[in-house]
Amino acid sequence: MRIEFELDARTITVEIAPGETLMTLLRRIGAVSVKDGCSRGDCGSCAVRLDGRAVTSCLLFAAQADGRRVQTAAGLADATGGLHPLQRALVDAGGVQCGYCTPGVLMAAMDLLESDPDPGEQEVRTALAGNLCRCTGYVKIIEGVRDAAALLREAEHD
Amino acid sequence: MTDKLQVVGHNERKVDGRALVTGQPVFVDDAPAPAGMLHLALLTSPHPHARIRSLDVSAAEALPGVALVLTHENTPTRRYTTAGQGYPEPSPYDARMFDPKVRFVGDRVAAVAADDLATARLAAQRIVVDYEVLDPVLSIDAALAPDAPVVHDEPDSDAFDASRNLAAHATAIVGDVEAALAAAHTVVDVTVETQYAQHAPIEPHAARAELDPAGRLLLTTSTQVPFHVRRIIAHLLQIPVHRIRVVKPRIGGGFGVKQEVLIEDLVALTTLRTGRPCSLVITRAEEFVSSRTRHPMRVRVRLGADADGLLEAIDLDVLSNTGAYGTHSLTVLSNVGSKTLPLYPTAAAQRFVGHAVYTNLPVGGAYRGYGATQGQYAMEVAIDQLADRLGVDALDLRRRNHLRAGGTSPIFRELGEGREGVEQTITSCELPACIEIGAQRIGWAAKRGQRRRDGSWVHGVGMSIHLQGSGIPRIDLAAANLKLNDDGSVNLTLGATDLGTGSDTVLGQIAAEVLGLPLEKVLVTSSDTDLTPFDVGAYASSTTYVSGTAVLRAAEDLRGQLLEVAAAVLEVPVDDLRLEDQRAVAADGRSTSLEELALRSLYAVDQRQLAANASAVLDTSPPPFLACFAEVAVDLDTGRLRVLRLVAAVDCGQAIHPRLAEGQVEGALVNGLGYALMEDLAIDPEGRARGTDFGRYKIPSTLDVPPIEVVLVDSYEPTGPMGAKSVSEIGINAPLPVIANAVHDATGVWLTRPPFTAERVWRALNGE
Repeated sequence: MRIEFELDARTITVEIAPGETLMTLLRRIGAVSVKDGCSRGDCGSCAVRLDGRAVTSCLLFAAQADGRRVQTAAGLADATGGLHPLQRALVDAGGVQCGYCTPGVLMAAMDLLESDPDPGEQEVRTALAGNLCRCTGYVKIIEGVRDAAALLREAEHD
Repeated sequence: MTDKLQVVGHNERKVDGRALVTGQPVFVDDAPAPAGMLHLALLTSPHPHARIRSLDVSAAEALPGVALVLTHENTPTRRYTTAGQGYPEPSPYDARMFDPKVRFVGDRVAAVAADDLATARLAAQRIVVDYEVLDPVLSIDAALAPDAPVVHDEPDSDAFDASRNLAAHATAIVGDVEAALAAAHTVVDVTVETQYAQHAPIEPHAARAELDPAGRLLLTTSTQVPFHVRRIIAHLLQIPVHRIRVVKPRIGGGFGVKQEVLIEDLVALTTLRTGRPCSLVITRAEEFVSSRTRHPMRVRVRLGADADGLLEAIDLDVLSNTGAYGTHSLTVLSNVGSKTLPLYPTAAAQRFVGHAVYTNLPVGGAYRGYGATQGQYAMEVAIDQLADRLGVDALDLRRRNHLRAGGTSPIFRELGEGREGVEQTITSCELPACIEIGAQRIGWAAKRGQRRRDGSWVHGVGMSIHLQGSGIPRIDLAAANLKLNDDGSVNLTLGATDLGTGSDTVLGQIAAEVLGLPLEKVLVTSSDTDLTPFDVGAYASSTTYVSGTAVLRAAEDLRGQLLEVAAAVLEVPVDDLRLEDQRAVAADGRSTSLEELALRSLYAVDQRQLAANASAVLDTSPPPFLACFAEVAVDLDTGRLRVLRLVAAVDCGQAIHPRLAEGQVEGALVNGLGYALMEDLAIDPEGRARGTDFGRYKIPSTLDVPPIEVVLVDSYEPTGPMGAKSVSEIGINAPLPVIANAVHDATGVWLTRPPFTAERVWRALNGE
């Protein structure tokens, strides 16, 4: 089966295997910012945004992406490689240690920041509840997301 | 200190931060698959203890796309240990690549290499194995029972006493403990029993093998110990070290489980046999069951003290369950004593007796804390029990007894990593400040002993104090190279292994500070056995202290060379020069840039490559210290336990990168919090692990983590690079005792069997 979808503002047309998950497809075509941590929807490392909503791509069939818009962490930086304020804030806060959960965290955090420009600590915790991180203890991830919200609000006012 | 420092002590951007937040292909399995790459799948044992009578692999081999089936019948038989330790490894050589006897559910039986993963997995299931099922040994007590089945009955076992299921044994005796206990005013006797836990790095073990154009074996692997991987694979597969190159790219967490050479042998042998590249990424279930775990232990502590609470005797008796193989069995066991007893040197009589037993259960290994976690849990609960018995404030009791700067412990000498230790005097200890600050933040004076009620909930506060080491003295070796480039930048190449901790950044900062460079002009390359000098790898809290010292020495050497060139340019004595802001500056204010010095050396006058190499192996292992405080609430009706707040005040010497150092403590605390509250790789009566996914084996999420305050107290370790000590492990030791002690403060009940689930707490509250 052939599907067509938008991946980080590029149009992808690709032949998929029956039963292939979206995670497997994305990694197969080189979108390897999407990580495989458990293959069963528990850890959130494979999160992408499908039509603007974060989902665990290991629990979706590739076929479900047909005709839709898929965003990954790799698509967050601007065309010249400038980091998105969320990327900058997360790394500067110390919210990135090994970085394996980071792409998924970025996707879940983007969802939050688009709906809530000034999230409190509890809102951030709730939004990231599906993203397991074994390195940071979450303290600095939460701080980084709130820093990013502040950066984005400032940019809005400028 | 920090005011004078330009790079060290500052929160520089992590050198790999950009690559990680943009999702670059930097992990093992992110690289594009080379043409013809094979994928491996494992077949593991469904029985805890069995002999393989026969194997029929014909159906597997007949499947189209299958290239190779590996079993005990066609693989090297020499014994080895998967423990990635220095040579000779202090772990018994009790494993084979594939063994005709399987010793736990999840033990290797076969591996299948095929064109694609689905085929490999299907083929693995088509292997027919005829097992002779043996009686299993499924607990510490069963292992020690008379007439217990023998887990390692191979005739050439080099374990301590395999016939009695004893993998390892360690003792340290100072003074007459029994006499001191008999004479003591007060004695407490505490036994705790800890559970299996798994490291759960979010990236499971991953490795790739391929042959480079010269026919050498290139292993790219998610390891903490690239140089040990090279040596162990060479030994196991009988190929020369010089025919192997091991590269560690970014890795997705380790916590000790990647200090094991667990899968590299399989991809390596497949590639050597087939000539084709080969990949293996183990599944989450295999990570839980077939990789490594924290050794479950039964730890008994007896303390004797005088009426004022001065300790007179400590007796520590430890039974460790190493599971089916003895990886790290001796050294983790030793560490229970060597990282627990030295904190209380006031006790003149101290004894440690430890045994590690084989069972037919998952295999213990290195896990952050490395035995200190289990030992300090028992000790810190015992200290609180003693305070309770004496009617003394637990904080004051610790103050009267804990190790201090200028002090020492006979245990440092008596007990090392599986052998005698190294005597040392403590050269920095800010534990008094840690206790002071932590107590203030948690509100100790106001909250301790209050048992404040809020409906059915009752509140309490607890504390515990801790130490760890900074590398293994006189064993851990690290080396670093520096070379100067045209523009005054330097390449720093080193064997040290950044497993997400930020060590590439921290070590780069040390070089940058010495050379007067901004961090972006220190180009860090690490963990490549062809390109970088040796380092034992990332374990034992060694990297900042030991590898950092190597970097410091190399940087000081290069600085000396740069100043000599600058002295010739500026015509002043070397002693009148210093490096700052990328320039060599003379006492009279004249200066020349590092770029000019580099260009002169490379192209013009007295031409040579300015470069330096340095090694470090240190005589001491200065402990970092931690005072941890917790506030908890317990629901007396349901047993539900909530940790409301954690405060950790840490002495890690000068923090090279304060934010990363805090992050190490926060991450370790939360990992320990999981161990205390929810993590349990429980085993069913047939010897099978019950929860082998994140749905059933819960690790903390954002919703499980209370507010955490980490305070790095001012400290300076005179033997450390720029004053630094270690920081990565210590935090994991705190949650078990600090929460247990806080629960006692709230309820009067001692929790001695983690995890402290509502059911366990309720049973304890109800006297069961």
